[in-house]
Amino acid sequence: MNQGNNKYLKMDLLRFTTAGSVDDGKSTLIGRLLYDSKSIFEDQMEAIELTSRNSGEDEVNLALLTDGLRAEREQKITIDVAYRYFATPRRKFIIADTPGHIQYTRNMVTGASTADLAIILIDAQKGVLTQSKRHSFISTLLQIPHLVVTINKMDLVDYSQDVFEGIVADFRDFASKMDVDDITFIPISALKGDNIVQKSAHMPWYNGPTLLYHLEHVHVDAVRNLIDFRFPVQYVIRPNPSFRGYAGRISSGTIRVGDKVTVLPSRLTSRIKAITIYGGETEEARAGDSVVLQIDDEIDISRGDMIARSNNVPHFSRSFDAYLCWMSAEPMELNKRYLLMHTTRTIQAVVRKLSYQIDVDTMQRKEATRLELNEIGRVSIDTSMPLFLDTYRRNINTGSFILVDPDTNVTAGAGMVRKAVQVEMNGPVVSPVFVEGLSLKLEDGTGKTETLWGHSQPEPVEEAEEQAKQSGEIDVSEWNRRLYTKRSTDVIWAPSGVSREERERRNGHKGMVIWLTGVSGAGKSTIANGLELLLWEEGKQTAILDGDMIRGGLTGDLGFTPEDRKENIRRAAHMARAFLEHGTIVICAFVSPFHEDREMAREIVGPSDFFEVSVYCDPETAMQRDPKGLYALARKGQIKDLTGFDAPYETPRQPFVRLNTAKMTVDESIAALRRKLLV
Amino acid sequence: MAPITHLQTLENEAIFVLREVAAQFERPALLFSGGKDSIVMVHLARKAFYPSRFPFPLMHIDTGHNFPETITFRDWLVQDTGARLIVGSVQESIDKGRVKEETGPDASRNVLQTVTLLDALKEHRIDCALGGGRRDEEKARAKERFFSHRDVFGQWDPKNQRPELWNIFNGRKNPGEHFRVFPLSNWTEMDVWQYIAAERIVIPDIYFTHRRRVFWRNGVLLADTPFVTIQPEEKVFETDVRFRTIGDATCTGAILSKASTMEDIIAEVAAARVTERGNRNDDKRSDTAMEDRKRAGYF
Repeated sequence: MNQGNNKYLKMDLLRFTTAGSVDDGKSTLIGRLLYDSKSIFEDQMEAIELTSRNSGEDEVNLALLTDGLRAEREQKITIDVAYRYFATPRRKFIIADTPGHIQYTRNMVTGASTADLAIILIDAQKGVLTQSKRHSFISTLLQIPHLVVTINKMDLVDYSQDVFEGIVADFRDFASKMDVDDITFIPISALKGDNIVQKSAHMPWYNGPTLLYHLEHVHVDAVRNLIDFRFPVQYVIRPNPSFRGYAGRISSGTIRVGDKVTVLPSRLTSRIKAITIYGGETEEARAGDSVVLQIDDEIDISRGDMIARSNNVPHFSRSFDAYLCWMSAEPMELNKRYLLMHTTRTIQAVVRKLSYQIDVDTMQRKEATRLELNEIGRVSIDTSMPLFLDTYRRNINTGSFILVDPDTNVTAGAGMVRKAVQVEMNGPVVSPVFVEGLSLKLEDGTGKTETLWGHSQPEPVEEAEEQAKQSGEIDVSEWNRRLYTKRSTDVIWAPSGVSREERERRNGHKGMVIWLTGVSGAGKSTIANGLELLLWEEGKQTAILDGDMIRGGLTGDLGFTPEDRKENIRRAAHMARAFLEHGTIVICAFVSPFHEDREMAREIVGPSDFFEVSVYCDPETAMQRDPKGLYALARKGQIKDLTGFDAPYETPRQPFVRLNTAKMTVDESIAALRRKLLV
Repeated sequence: MAPITHLQTLENEAIFVLREVAAQFERPALLFSGGKDSIVMVHLARKAFYPSRFPFPLMHIDTGHNFPETITFRDWLVQDTGARLIVGSVQESIDKGRVKEETGPDASRNVLQTVTLLDALKEHRIDCALGGGRRDEEKARAKERFFSHRDVFGQWDPKNQRPELWNIFNGRKNPGEHFRVFPLSNWTEMDVWQYIAAERIVIPDIYFTHRRRVFWRNGVLLADTPFVTIQPEEKVFETDVRFRTIGDATCTGAILSKASTMEDIIAEVAAARVTERGNRNDDKRSDTAMEDRKRAGYF
């Protein structure tokens, strides 16, 4: 695609889901987003004004924008998932709007299946209700990476900070059962427009982003799995005897011409000869791309086969464990033959066992003999032929499937693979990978718990170990150790023929590393993000390295002991150095509590390019902010070694700048820092 | 690599859907109206199956009330792509007595198309009709699936649609039933125009400004064509107009515009305060006009 300089062509896409009933103000919220972003057209507005008047309503019913079907308008309910579109100069948005009451589970699961973010609506007058919990649970089950909890109708509680914080505390209490990676609370009034697009003048105590700002800036591509190359063959293209291409959309990972690949189920190996796109070829393609692959050898490949990298193939399984949401009025029957559609493969399958049902209102497991419409359970599935699977947590595209009732052809069930039983193995190497997402503890009546998707990072490794045991060929923990073992630290940076000076000249500015240190809640990430945005808008080359970001992947194997913290900082500093050598302004946000470790980072980066910034506030303020809920968890004893709580923090002795975020606003802090930077 | 833009995402998704159709159905066809959305569809189909030709014919439901430019363009595109063209003629349906022509000044063959379309699908045993419909066009369309099932009578049951999850599309059906598939579901009007500009896709001249004899009816600026009867109170005048959508000449409104380049059009779309269907008399018939037509088997 010709991208030119058109800003519109550089926008990306965020898909989010909303759920709730009219009472929560959900339709008003959507209407407000559409209206304030100028996405409602005059004729649409006229049409709903007319309809509102005709049905005797005083105010314009914005719900009519989303409730499109005759029955919905007549009964004033939302029946189905409706999709809405709007765009700002930064991003295009797709809203999957799902009803709160009728067939909520089926619709919420459908809407959530393609979402990057979920908006949970809470009525400030009512607090955290079952419905909010249910929606959070389904978001967790479907592994939506970002949650935004909007506390609505703040105008009806006098914009009270206490009410807001009470609800935040309640929600955090409930969410402490879940391992939520990204959760943001925003006090709003959808009706009055507070904190939707414009910052509210009524809530000066709230320093966070407006809803639209958050939607525009949340990182969306962090969840895509760019490691495990999976290519389900969709269609074979053969225009002439000399061209044989395999069309498909890359589910995950990246691929380059020349890479060694294995074709499943045949397990034959070859190399990528060419990656064809319209009118030509490309060297490299990645997750999400629709391409045509050609391979070196003549191998019989057809639709439903999968191409993977030879050193990283999926599970090869005829039997697996899954969460299944039932979507048909006909209840699920054990041992009935269903058609299972997974990637581009359709095969026969039976549900052999229903282990339990999950009550979405109480989040408890319960005994069940069958699943009915809108019910979710954990099942064991057997298939007539092997599937090429990953767990859903690791790879949404190769971990999801639907069941089709062959009697009616309807989509009867939606499933997420929890664990696969390998049929036969030729020893795949499984790279440990962290997929951002949510996890949740399920309880039964006896207080026994089970984790919904396993805890943050151990799961993939456990799985890999399990596979290794079965195949008897690799010891993954040993492999991990090797992977993570420190190698030579005195590599000289000479990345290519292009020098750092040349890069800086082209960029029009120097590269540098700005290192923000401080306890959780001091404001590091907020300032880092704001500063980056400012520099970026000025046309600078920028990068952000954030503790949470690299702990998800690069340092996912580390804990919070002083040794591990040191190693975490060491790796981060090397990464910052790599960016620096490419002429980038690198903004690092790390707690980095120890003086010695920060000095190590300074040495790795190079003292003349390293700018230490102390971000601090009084402990009460930090604990009150508690952006990730860590202090709350620490108080309950659920986590240990939290810096500023029960682990020490050594204040920087001679930082480049000190920012007291209890005294300065976010904008003031950013401006103060910006002024000091000679770039 | 550069970050993936939203247009690339939409293109990747549409190509995936087109290939899914080729793989899951035996006799698909692409419904071609000559409008910009179906032109974009043809472009995406070329991309999806490159270096092969796309493996389905184009089907044009011809009301007989066309702008001549549409037909010229259609025939050029057929030649350029090497595709097979199937034409379903509303005039033939009228001649055969399958439908009865509406009368009165607002008479339109728009609704009649449904019968011609369903007859043509049956005659050519088409089991999947690809359409350029988008969810942002109209409120009933906002509830439409990518893969939308039609029963043996060609009817849509909006309250009983199959849930569509992830990127798994269930195209299973019984004999006699068919599917309508909408690869552009997630596109907006702006996306379509931006894509046409970015991909330098050729579109008919009547999307750009030109002099034309027009008159106002029900707030819509209609072209003076042999297919409409001008009422005594209606005044025909000549001015600079262009079309934002192209359909049947009796109900597609023109807009006053001097936009002569793609950039002009995009600027105009960005500033527009009414939807593109706001210029369509066919949608103004009632609040649920689109849903009612769709239920019966309309595009």
